[in-house]
Amino acid sequence: MFKFTSHTIVNNNVCEIYQPLSYFASIWMVAGVKYYICPNVKTIILSCKTLVGPTQKMNLFQSVTSALDNTLASDPTAVIFGEDVAFGGVFRCTVGLRDKYGKDRVFNTPLCEQGIVGFGIGVAVAGATAIAEIQFADYIYPAFDQIVNEAAKYRYRSGNLFDCGNLTIRAPWGCVGHGSLYHSQSPEAFFAHCPGIKVVIPRGPVQAKGLLLSCIADKNPCIFFEPKILYRAAVEQVPVESYTLPLSQAEVLQEGSDVTLLAWGTQIHVMREVADMAQEKLGVSCEVIDLQTILPWDTETVCKSVVKTGRLLISHEAPVTGGFAAEISSTVQEECFLNLEAPISRVCGYDTPFPHVFEPFYIPDKWKCFEAIKRMINY
Amino acid sequence: MNKMYGTCFRALRKAPGLKPVKLQQRAFTVTAVQRQQSFDSSLDKPQFPGASAEFVDHLEFIQPNVISGIPVYRVMDRQGQIINPSEDPQLPKETVLNFYQKMTMLNTMDRILYESQRQGRISFYMTNYGEEGTHIGSAAALDPNDLVFGQYREAGVLMYRGFPLDLFMAQCYANADDLGKGRQMPVHYGCKDLNFVTISSPLATQIPQAAGAAYAIKRENMNRAVICYFGEGAASEGDAHAGFNFSATLECPLIFFCRNNGYAISTPTNEQYRGDGIAARGPGYGMMSIRVDGNDVFAVYNATKEARRRAVAENQPFLIEAMTYRIGHHSTSDDSSAYRSVDEVNYWDKQDHPISRLRHYMTARGWWSEDDERSWRKQSRKTVMEAFERAERRQKPKPDLLFTDVYLEMTPNLSKQRESMWKHVQQYKEHYPLDLYDK
Repeated sequence: MFKFTSHTIVNNNVCEIYQPLSYFASIWMVAGVKYYICPNVKTIILSCKTLVGPTQKMNLFQSVTSALDNTLASDPTAVIFGEDVAFGGVFRCTVGLRDKYGKDRVFNTPLCEQGIVGFGIGVAVAGATAIAEIQFADYIYPAFDQIVNEAAKYRYRSGNLFDCGNLTIRAPWGCVGHGSLYHSQSPEAFFAHCPGIKVVIPRGPVQAKGLLLSCIADKNPCIFFEPKILYRAAVEQVPVESYTLPLSQAEVLQEGSDVTLLAWGTQIHVMREVADMAQEKLGVSCEVIDLQTILPWDTETVCKSVVKTGRLLISHEAPVTGGFAAEISSTVQEECFLNLEAPISRVCGYDTPFPHVFEPFYIPDKWKCFEAIKRMINY
Repeated sequence: MNKMYGTCFRALRKAPGLKPVKLQQRAFTVTAVQRQQSFDSSLDKPQFPGASAEFVDHLEFIQPNVISGIPVYRVMDRQGQIINPSEDPQLPKETVLNFYQKMTMLNTMDRILYESQRQGRISFYMTNYGEEGTHIGSAAALDPNDLVFGQYREAGVLMYRGFPLDLFMAQCYANADDLGKGRQMPVHYGCKDLNFVTISSPLATQIPQAAGAAYAIKRENMNRAVICYFGEGAASEGDAHAGFNFSATLECPLIFFCRNNGYAISTPTNEQYRGDGIAARGPGYGMMSIRVDGNDVFAVYNATKEARRRAVAENQPFLIEAMTYRIGHHSTSDDSSAYRSVDEVNYWDKQDHPISRLRHYMTARGWWSEDDERSWRKQSRKTVMEAFERAERRQKPKPDLLFTDVYLEMTPNLSKQRESMWKHVQQYKEHYPLDLYDK
C-alpha cells in the first residue's frame, strides 16, 4: 500500500517518507498512525523514532566519527588505520577513538598509500574488519594497483575461496575553495571502471553515517569518498545509534516533471539551488536525484526519471572527458533514446588539472547548470 | 608525560656479526608523540627524535659491504654431509623420506606439465626446478594453520601441505574441478583448507597484504604465523618496501621468505640491486634477518622453524633470504639460453641440487637405495600421469561462472549481461566451443 522513498529529519527524528500507492491507503494510514502530512499532499511522513532512536547535531566529520565509534563498539575485529589517525586525523574524523578503543585498534601507519591499502586487504583477508584512511583522495593513486588488481579481483580470481569484503577505504574528496591540484580531486571515474569494488559518496552527515556503515557491513571492498568541504559546513541531526542506508540506490530528493538533475556529494546542494532557480525564473520543474553509489550505480531510478522528464543534466567537479557523467549519459541514451527531448547535458570541470586561483571559474557552479537547463528547455 | 607501556617486550636482538645488543624496551604511548625520556641540551648527546646515536666529528661515508656480505647459513655441504652436527635437526627417517618424496614428486609433476604445455594441452606453466628445497624446508617448519602468501614459484609448499595432484592439474587445465573456477592462468593455485592464499600475477602485492593478515592474526592471539614468499626481483617493487616497513612498525608475527634464485626472467641480480642482496635490507627496517643456503633443506628448515617460533612469541617480522638457483626457464614463454650459458645451468643441476644433496644424506644413513629410487621414480611418474589423464578428460566449468563472484551478490547489471551473453551464444552457437564446457 505504501512505498518507501527516502529519509528526512522532522523535529529531531529521522523519518521515512512513504508514498501512498492508492487513495484508500492514504485514508487508512491517516486514521491509524501518528503522522505528519506534507504540504504537497503527495506524501505522508511516518515517525520512526523507535527504529533509529535519539539524534544529535553533528557535522559531517562528526557523523563519520559516530559511524566509526558504533563500528568499533559492535565489532571487536574492527581496526582503523592510516596516516595520522591516532591523534584524531587531519580532518578530526577519528578524534577520541584511540583513547576509547585502544592503540591496537586505532593506529598510525607509515606514510605509504600502497602499504595502507595492501595492509588493509590483508587484514580483511584474515577475517577482520579493516577501515583504511587515505589522507586525501588525491593521494590514492599509489594504491591503485592494490585496489584494482588485488582488492577488486580477490574473490573472483580465487573462485570465492578468499575475499577482502571486510575492507573499506575512506578518503576526503572534492573541492574545498583553495585545495588546488592535489587537495581537490574527485577520482571516482577511475574506480568506476573497476568491477569488484563499490564506490560511494554521501551528500551530508545523515547519508555519510548511514552509507559508511553500509560500506563497512557490505561484503565487498568499498571506497567511501567524503566531501571535505562539507566536513564542517554540513550540519544535521544524526541518529546516535547505528543505521544503514542502502547502497546502489539513488535517492530522488525532490520530484519534478521537466528536467532530471543528477549529481552526487557536494554538487547535490548546487543542484537543489539550481532547481529553485529554474522554478522561479523559468517556471521549470526539476527532479533532483542523488546517485549516492557510483559503482554499481542505480540505472533503474535514473532511467525511470528520464523517461518521465525527457531531459537529463548530470554535473560533477571532475573533468568532463571520461568523467562518470559520460557513463551515465551513454547508458541513459541507450535505454531512453526515444524519450529524450534534448541531448543529455554534462556540466563538469574543464579538462585541466584542478586550479588554485582559478577555482571560481573552473567549478560547475549554479549559473553554468542554470544555463544548461535553459538550453535543454529551448532545444 | 603520561605513558602507558604495551605488553609487547622485545627480546635480546642480535645484530649480525656483532655482540648482542639490548635495545630499548618499546614503549607504547597513549599520547600522540613518542619521545625520549627528557631533553637536556647540556648533555653532549644528539637529542633528535629520529635516531638514537652518538656524535662523530670526522667525515666518513659508510661503505656498503657487498664483497663479504651477510654469510650464508648451511647445515649440509654440497655432498649432503652434515658440517656441524649440533645443527642437524635430526628429523626422523619418515619425515626426511617425506621431504625427499615431496621434492621429487614436485619435480616429476613439473616435467610432465611443462611437456603438456609444449604439446598445446595447457596454455602456460612455470617449473620449480632447483628451488624444491626452499619450498619443502620452509613448509615443513610451519604449523598447518599458518597462513601462506605466495608469489608463483612455491608449488612445493602446497604439495607438502597435501594439495592433491588432481587439484594441481585441475587448476592448470582450468577444468570443472578447479577450486578457482577456471578464472586464472595455470600455476595460480589457492586453497582455503590448506591456508594457502590464491596467487596473483602482479608481483609483490602479497607483501603488504601478508603484513595486514599477520596483524589481524596477532590480535586473535591463536598461535598462528604468516609466511610471505617472493623472489629477489619482486623485492624491488614498492610494495616490498611497504610490506617490510609496515610489518616492523606494526609488530607483525610474519616471516618474509625471499627466494633469491639469481634471475628475474632475464635480469640477473647485478641488474636488480647493488647492495648485499635482500637480507641486508632487513636491518634497515629494524627487522631480524638471515641468509641461508636455499638448496640445503635442513638449513631452510632450521631457519624457518626458529623464525616462526620467535615471530609468534615476540610479535616481530623475520626476513629469510634463501639463496638458490632457478634451473628452469622463467616460464614456458621463456628460453633462458638467450641470456645464460648451458654450463652455468648444468653446474647447479649437477653439483648443487637440493634433491641430490638430500639423497646423499639419506643414502649415507642407509635410508634410501638405488632400488628405492628406481621404484619411487616409476611410481611417482605413474601417479602424476594418471592425474594428468583424468584432468585432460574433464570438462571445463560452465560459462555462467564467468559472471559470478565479481561481488558476493549478483548485481542487476551483471545479470543482464549474462542473459545477453547466452542469447548471443544461442544464436551463434556453432562459433562457440560449448561442447567442451559443463552445462
